Amino acid sequence: MDQGVAGPEAELRALMIAGLNGDGGAHARLLTELGGYLRGYFARRMGANAADLEDLVQETLLAVHLKRATYDRARPFTPWMFAVARYKLMDHFRRFGGRISVPLEDAGALFSEENPEEGAVRQDVARLLGKLPPRQSALLRDVKLTGLSMEEAAARAGMSTTAAKVSVHRGMKRLEKEVGDEDL
Amino acid sequence: MKTSDLIAALAADTTPVRRASVARNLLIAAVVGSVATLVVLVAWLGLNPVMPVLGASWFWMKGGYAAALALSGFLLLNRLARPGAPVGRAALVIGALALLVMAMLAMHSSMHATPGQTRQLWLGDTWKVCPFRILLLSIPVYLGLTWALRRLAPTRLALTGAAAGLAAGALAAAIYGLYCREWAAPFVFVWYSLGVGLSAAFGALVGTRLLRW
Repeated sequence: MDQGVAGPEAELRALMIAGLNGDGGAHARLLTELGGYLRGYFARRMGANAADLEDLVQETLLAVHLKRATYDRARPFTPWMFAVARYKLMDHFRRFGGRISVPLEDAGALFSEENPEEGAVRQDVARLLGKLPPRQSALLRDVKLTGLSMEEAAARAGMSTTAAKVSVHRGMKRLEKEVGDEDL
Repeated sequence: MKTSDLIAALAADTTPVRRASVARNLLIAAVVGSVATLVVLVAWLGLNPVMPVLGASWFWMKGGYAAALALSGFLLLNRLARPGAPVGRAALVIGALALLVMAMLAMHSSMHATPGQTRQLWLGDTWKVCPFRILLLSIPVYLGLTWALRRLAPTRLALTGAAAGLAAGALAAAIYGLYCREWAAPFVFVWYSLGVGLSAAFGALVGTRLLRW
């Protein structure tokens, strides 16, 4: 799915660059989102029930963190991320046996949404959030998906905590209404 | 450990990263390794006085050839140390041009020699030891670059090892040029290139193990 490739690049790259500039909140959001993609990518190659799936996800997130200085801000982010994920997967197979060769797909394989449930939900959420004004959707994402506290999210959005609470509440109401309308 | 806890711990450690830190890491390693190689050279073979040959064009020909190959290897490393970055054409063009120019100088020199001189031009006095000296002298630089690369993120280990060997061999050749008194272009083209090539092959061989992260 093309959407899976074009979709996350802009957002992930912005988060990565913010993290390189020292923004811990953006870095946490980046790692959280990448965790989801990596779980799907590794599960498709190791089997969803592989005992070491989560270990590999964590090891790769750790590598993203430790090796982030090797990302060149002038280049696209997804090829960097895909090369790291593929390297970690090959390294895993090399150490623990199993299939040695990992096909050289394009970076889309990491960000594709083959995992039907997760992909569908992610797309739905992204589409719904897109209907809100940008500041409100960023706020909702921070609070409801990334798991920032209301205070942190308010600070990131540059508003008071009270205003952020109201905005999140209204945003949720509106999303509920959108979902309700679609179901009819 | 839960993944969310790991992410929280990593996010707490989000220090700003300076731009161009890859090139700086590699450069520091190359400089430190080169100093070590120079120390090895002095301890092992000693130094011939450099002052008398500073005016000789062959001295700079050797240095220039080695420097061009080193630059090519360094540019390759600067890309190969970054996951997903294309290798880029600049490094390959510089390396190929250096080899081509050296080949032309060698041919030119050989064609204008009398039959009695040809053997001396191609073999000099030290052809049996030259490539192996360059290979041995490249090891400190290679280890320095490997140390830097392990903190970076090469994903094509054999290729990265070869590029590190190329840079290390070329720097070693430049340093060996301070000692070596061979002056003929054909000699440099064959035996210096062979030494650098051996270093690159050694680098590729060892790199697949040493460069894992």
